[in-house]
Amino acid sequence: MAVNQAKQAVEFSQSFYTSLFEVQDGERFKNCIQCASCSGACPYGYLMTMPPGKMIAYLRADLFEKVLTNDTVWMCISCYACTEICPQNIPVTPGLMTRAKEELLLAGNVPDELQDALMNSQRYGNPLGESPRKRALWTKGIEPEIPILRQAKRPVDVLWFVGDYASYHPRIQITTKAFAEILNTLGIDFGILGPEENSDGDSQRLAGESGLFEMLAEKNGKAFSKYQFNQIVTTDPHAYNAIKNEYPALGISYPVQHYTEFLRERLDDLKPLLKGNGHTRVTYHDPCYLGRVNEIYEEPRELLQAIPGVELVEMAHNRSTSLCCGGGGGGMWLDGFQWEKAHTRTTEWRVRESLSVGADVLAVACPYEAPRFEDATKTIQGASSLAVKDVVELLLEAMEEKAD
Amino acid sequence: MNITALFKLVPDLVEELEIDDSGTALDMEWLRLIINEFDDHAVEEAILLKERSEATVTVIAPDNEGVDDVLYTAAARGADRLIQLMGDFEDGVNNHALARAVAETIKGIQTDLILTGVQAHDDLDGSLGPLLAEYLNMPYIGYVSGVELSDGIAVVKKEYPGGLIGEMEVKLPAVLGIQAAEEPPRYVAVSKVRMAMKTASIEELEIADLDPSGGPEISRMFQPEVGERATMITGDEDEIAARLVEIFKEIGAL
Repeated sequence: MAVNQAKQAVEFSQSFYTSLFEVQDGERFKNCIQCASCSGACPYGYLMTMPPGKMIAYLRADLFEKVLTNDTVWMCISCYACTEICPQNIPVTPGLMTRAKEELLLAGNVPDELQDALMNSQRYGNPLGESPRKRALWTKGIEPEIPILRQAKRPVDVLWFVGDYASYHPRIQITTKAFAEILNTLGIDFGILGPEENSDGDSQRLAGESGLFEMLAEKNGKAFSKYQFNQIVTTDPHAYNAIKNEYPALGISYPVQHYTEFLRERLDDLKPLLKGNGHTRVTYHDPCYLGRVNEIYEEPRELLQAIPGVELVEMAHNRSTSLCCGGGGGGMWLDGFQWEKAHTRTTEWRVRESLSVGADVLAVACPYEAPRFEDATKTIQGASSLAVKDVVELLLEAMEEKAD
Repeated sequence: MNITALFKLVPDLVEELEIDDSGTALDMEWLRLIINEFDDHAVEEAILLKERSEATVTVIAPDNEGVDDVLYTAAARGADRLIQLMGDFEDGVNNHALARAVAETIKGIQTDLILTGVQAHDDLDGSLGPLLAEYLNMPYIGYVSGVELSDGIAVVKKEYPGGLIGEMEVKLPAVLGIQAAEEPPRYVAVSKVRMAMKTASIEELEIADLDPSGGPEISRMFQPEVGERATMITGDEDEIAARLVEIFKEIGAL
């Protein structure tokens, strides 16, 4: 019996190892030199029983089942810091970490709060558990009316993929409405899917729920195929990443831009509208799925610098070394679990960094971030004067007349 | 050991509930249905018992839109046999009718233990478990949050108000109303559910005419009405504060 179990354990390790080779550049796992840079770069690596480097060592020793008996894999926020720093260019996040989460999920070893978000995504098409019929409720009262494609019945230039938090979260709705206003001001011909839109599914995928990701992607693909448009734009780097890099493998291919790219291309039209509201020190937080994963570093900075009076200052962690807000890879739905393990939050470290460079505003470009960082400003001493604003909100403020 | 878990779908409160034209029932057209939360716990408890004692689990549910997905999910969780009761359930039935239909079905399959949710938010005529036990002439224990099986008996934990728990023994076969499974209902990966859709099969059992007698007759269904004594003060903070001060003066509190 014991011999059989040992044999099964070896087989499991080996089949898991082989499955990593199917991921893009997955063969590079063979090149790991055990330098542990990944474990060191990981924001939560210091408290993982099995940080990524050690996971690979256990995998090679056919002891991978030991990795799956502890739950610190759920501290991984899929921020790509490990993947970015790896000298051998091993796809640690999309390969090892995501596959490990898939195995944990299949084995039923999933923290409860994450289960709820996954179940909500299955049932309602959004992790928040909100009514899918109310997905476009945020548009109420906006003039001119935001066209919902099913009702508009006409082709549009731009399909705006709004996303979950941008649609439902009261804080992010401020960002969403600001973007709508800018689109209207620039005279962009756009529309949204409204209730036909489902979660992009990317964070669910990175939390190990690949089947759910496919289900959600198929629903979005079906909705996309019903309408005529030239391109997709989204304010959500996770949706951007899914549509750009993951949907094509499922036969869903559309040109997509993050709004920072889209607006940067239209900076000539935008710039004359920006009046500025006096001198402001702004620091910019690179979202993982905009920066490290898709290498969009300059567009958001160029937009910020186009605002008169904005002085852009960089934090120690910037561009490819940006420090995750903690929301990625399921982290958005693991706050309680992660707090129990860490008793600290990456957002708190980030807010301290913002203060250390004397910033008045912490600028963000991802719908996960504003509420997470704002929350941290309430617990860090001296941070109450730090404003957290999406780039799009700063642009809109600069377009409006000064209040005083 | 054969365990039967019973579930029904109930209105999902994520959507606003609307009353239909008759004024005596919910408008089913826009209703979204979801597994009754307590029934979900009953299914989970059945699966947990199976994992501990090698039982066979049969899951039974009345036909409703989307019920097959929930049945396949139960299979992915570990249920062995799936039975969908076919009949005129679409407009909703009361628990008297449902209990009679289920009782007839259960008489046809050999079962040692029947688990169902202790309550549901659409139980207008009492909960299902006791009615079912009556029609099957079996003992019933409700508010159960733990079950141990041994030879011909079950030892169950029953919750009482004030945080008390009673441990009691019941002879099988019996009906239990589950308050909470010993572990929260597990999440099953979509890929596993999709696999179950390919490998498991749902037995569709036609039931005789539904007999709702014994249940209440609904004369009127309506949204909670706003009490006349409540006054909503609207406006910004200053306006609300000013109006409050006025009111306090009017009633002599200031």
